[in-house]
Amino acid sequence: MNLHVRGLAHAFGPLAVLEGLDLDIASGETLAVIGPSGCGKSTLLGLLGGLIRVEKGGITASGAPPAGCLNPFTYVFQDFALLPWRSVEGNIRLALEHHALAEEERRRRIDAVLALTGLSEFRAALPKQLSGGMRQRVGIARALVVRPAVLLMDEPLSALDAQTRDLLIEDLLAIWAREQTTTVYVTHNLAEAIRLADRVAILSRRPGRLRDLIAIDVPRADRGQARHAGALAALQDRLWAAMRGEARDADREVALV
Amino acid sequence: MSDTRTSIPFRAGGFDPTPRRWAPWIAFAAILGLWQVSSNVGWLSAAMMPSPGTVLRALLRLAEGGDLARHVTSSLQRIGLGWVFGTIAGLAFGFAMGLFSLARAAGLPVVSALFPIPKIALLPLFILWFGIGEPSKVATIALGVFFPTAIAASAAVDNVPRNLIRMGQGFGMPAHAIIAKIVLPGALPGILAGFRISASIALILVVAAEMIGAEWGIGAFILMTGNLMQTDQLLAGVVVLSLLGLAVGGALSFLEKALLRWR
Repeated sequence: MNLHVRGLAHAFGPLAVLEGLDLDIASGETLAVIGPSGCGKSTLLGLLGGLIRVEKGGITASGAPPAGCLNPFTYVFQDFALLPWRSVEGNIRLALEHHALAEEERRRRIDAVLALTGLSEFRAALPKQLSGGMRQRVGIARALVVRPAVLLMDEPLSALDAQTRDLLIEDLLAIWAREQTTTVYVTHNLAEAIRLADRVAILSRRPGRLRDLIAIDVPRADRGQARHAGALAALQDRLWAAMRGEARDADREVALV
Repeated sequence: MSDTRTSIPFRAGGFDPTPRRWAPWIAFAAILGLWQVSSNVGWLSAAMMPSPGTVLRALLRLAEGGDLARHVTSSLQRIGLGWVFGTIAGLAFGFAMGLFSLARAAGLPVVSALFPIPKIALLPLFILWFGIGEPSKVATIALGVFFPTAIAASAAVDNVPRNLIRMGQGFGMPAHAIIAKIVLPGALPGILAGFRISASIALILVVAAEMIGAEWGIGAFILMTGNLMQTDQLLAGVVVLSLLGLAVGGALSFLEKALLRWR
């Protein structure tokens, strides 16, 4: 499914957070969105997924959702948003319960995403029994079980330690290699953006405008290889150069508020 | 720093409550023992403050005669009915205030204004409305239970993390499913905490209401024995109330353990 953002602007009361945003996201693409704190990255995700009402500009989608898609725009949350009273399986099942599916189909889908995210052995565990990385795997499994057309990921790895983050990045790469889901991935972490995305959108400080859009030409599967390390480091430098001034200004702005 | 080596003293002691299972039993035994000794040596008047042994014997006599069961049953029926009515109404009102802005804006000031009124003060009014029989007592208890339940339910709904509700909305869950599967279980700890307060209030109000106009019930029994200077039986009634309070607390703890295993 393709997404088209045109003249998108948003304000919370007198505070303008997004302004004049134009963006096209192609089907199957992973677009990372980076920018300084408060630049409207999470607001953009909220607008894309219909959790924040679009007031100015427009967002349209084209193309058919994948077969079996139950929830075209599906979130993966930074804080996992798991129900602590439900097991791993119960949390994943929650996304299916209000859809008219046969129990056999439900079970098939749940088994498939549990296997895909390496959670099959933990299906009866409660979230409190899991590590942060495992909890986010549950969040990802819950998102995948509805076969989304667009995956909206709001800093999904930011609550995790560096080692767990690296492990989950590998998992995400493996999942995307199989699922080909269009993904909008909000992050603060430039290395994460470069490792995962096809393109990186850099937003300016508040109100967020599209400052730059950088394509990452190295195939995703090869980005872990040493021979691409130089090119990727150069890209990261370029992203930081584009962001640095904005981040500093935003930091001062926040300090003044 | 010089080459002299000194060990680093531990400074983080205390401020760390650790359970002592034997402590409450020893405390109870000490109080009862002191009470019994004080009675035996004549420090306490047998007429005004009978010994624990005398109170126990009065309690056993009361149980053997069948009166205890009748008093306790009457009180429990009033508490049960009043608590159920008050809880149902309080939960409905509290959920409405927690879920709907208009209900909150209109209801919260009203509840806050009426909550501090001692509900027993309204019993005479309820007697005028419903008569001296059971309905006035049940209504007093129900009203006393209603307010803390409504406030606890409203606050509990308010405290359900909004990110969980947004998650449900993000998955396209209908509003009734979000309420049933996210809000209600998420609010359960707060609601059960409110039950503890409302159960205590019900126990206080039943005694007060029975003292105003009842033939049977623990409150009526305590008042009657007080009027007759039967202090051993009066204290036996107080012991029964204490045991009732403990039983209710135990039942709620069991409920919390069963329903909130995920915490």
